[in-house]
Amino acid sequence: MSYHSFLLEPISCHAWNKDRTQIALCPNNHEVHIYKKDGNNWSKIHVLKEHNGQVTGIDWAPESNRIVTCGTDRNAYVWTLKGDAWKPTLVILRINRAARCVKWSPKENKFAVGSGSRLISVCYFEKDNDWWVCKHIKKPIRSTILCLDWHPNNVLLAAGSCDFKCRIFSAYIKEVEEKPAPTAWGSKMPFGEVMFESTGTAGWVHGVCFSDSGNRVAWASHDSTVAVAEGGKTAVCASLTSETLPLLCVTFITENSLVAAGHDCYPVLFVYDSNKAALSFGGKLDVPKQSAQKGMTARERFQNLDKKATTDSKEAVLESVHKNSISQISILNGGKAQCAKFCTTGMDGGMTIWDVKTLESAMKDLKIV
Amino acid sequence: MSKNTVSDRFRKVDVDEYDENKFVDEEEGGENQLGPDEAEVDSLIRQYPSLFTRNLMGALQAVLKNPPINTKNQNVKDRAEGLVLKVLSSFKSTDIEKGVQSLDKNGVDLLMKYIYKGFEQPSENSSAVLLQWHEKALSAGGVGCIVRVLTARKTV
Repeated sequence: MSYHSFLLEPISCHAWNKDRTQIALCPNNHEVHIYKKDGNNWSKIHVLKEHNGQVTGIDWAPESNRIVTCGTDRNAYVWTLKGDAWKPTLVILRINRAARCVKWSPKENKFAVGSGSRLISVCYFEKDNDWWVCKHIKKPIRSTILCLDWHPNNVLLAAGSCDFKCRIFSAYIKEVEEKPAPTAWGSKMPFGEVMFESTGTAGWVHGVCFSDSGNRVAWASHDSTVAVAEGGKTAVCASLTSETLPLLCVTFITENSLVAAGHDCYPVLFVYDSNKAALSFGGKLDVPKQSAQKGMTARERFQNLDKKATTDSKEAVLESVHKNSISQISILNGGKAQCAKFCTTGMDGGMTIWDVKTLESAMKDLKIV
Repeated sequence: MSKNTVSDRFRKVDVDEYDENKFVDEEEGGENQLGPDEAEVDSLIRQYPSLFTRNLMGALQAVLKNPPINTKNQNVKDRAEGLVLKVLSSFKSTDIEKGVQSLDKNGVDLLMKYIYKGFEQPSENSSAVLLQWHEKALSAGGVGCIVRVLTARKTV
């Protein structure tokens, strides 16, 4: 894995361009910085200044090369590259609280914004007026939407919310697309229809992700659980309580394996077995090299005993690559079906790129099915 | 204008109660939850299956059955907590670890909920006993177990 420390401040959010040579990230302020890969270094090539509040979500559309950003100033901007500069277009979201997350749809003709106003704004471009228009999904959302993910059919949208539920909505906009074919989650999909609502887990839903086929959705919740639901006549839910601190972000790397990361500062693997409808812990993905254990002098032992009431110095230093919570995880290569590389950014201002093959060979019991 | 500023009763109004967007937890039938069976637990505590060892494991399993999570009746909850405390205090320090190991994942989560409830109202020796149980439950359930106690909307 390769770790690069961009900043001392947390990275609020990040997005990669199509060929993974440029990364757009928010250094915990009102701007978006775009860095370009320069051999082994990263150089800042653009600074996007338009937001009046912290930028909470960035998404980069790979095909159309447009960036959408949303922030606590209740606005979203769509940026297009004109020559050498990124030009913003304001999108009126009609929300009265901060926007929290934004995602382009797979076909890039729509994007969805989750906000603290307890609703999701689904925005699409209206050619006649040359303007981005939005439609709201309100019912039955009771609190802030923290995370979003689109189904590959461009219509269904999974949303994790602070009202402890993960839901799948239909975001079908008849002006820009045809009626969708039936999916595992249902066949009638009018705009705003709830196709699935989770039960059972308590805690805010921090991260949500559809699998590559769209038949499964996984979410990570603040009560230290991860759950996977599989669509079908009756949705089948499997959840796993973990012994670690809550996870903040989750993604599928194959149809059966998930990687999640959170406040414990290292990514973990989970494996879903559809025959048993059970989720199991696959392993910790960050095994630090064992540093040589220096013998402790008697003086150090006494000092430890005095300071911390214990001679055990195991917990003193965080041995993982990230030194603070990991807040976002993104797939670099291979898509959600056969991910080869994924990237994590966190509150320590650093970005780590993880290689799946090296992880598999490094951790002997790891099996990514 | 000076007449209006005389009374300050308006400051005591809880504005959040009148917010039409106020989050209300879903109602889940809790009327039938009576908490662990007192008679059963008492009899198990007094049982001596073999000479000098009481059936405390059985008592632990019994007292963790039927937790009054959904009920709104505070008496039921207090009674359940008292029973749990009784069972936990009758364990010998060396047996606590075995007791925790005999529980499954949900059992450890539930035990941790009762432990924290017990911390809220300390009596003479309860905190010491509860701390010993807390240490063993923590090594079994991990930090996630405590997170679940903190994030649970409905607790014992």
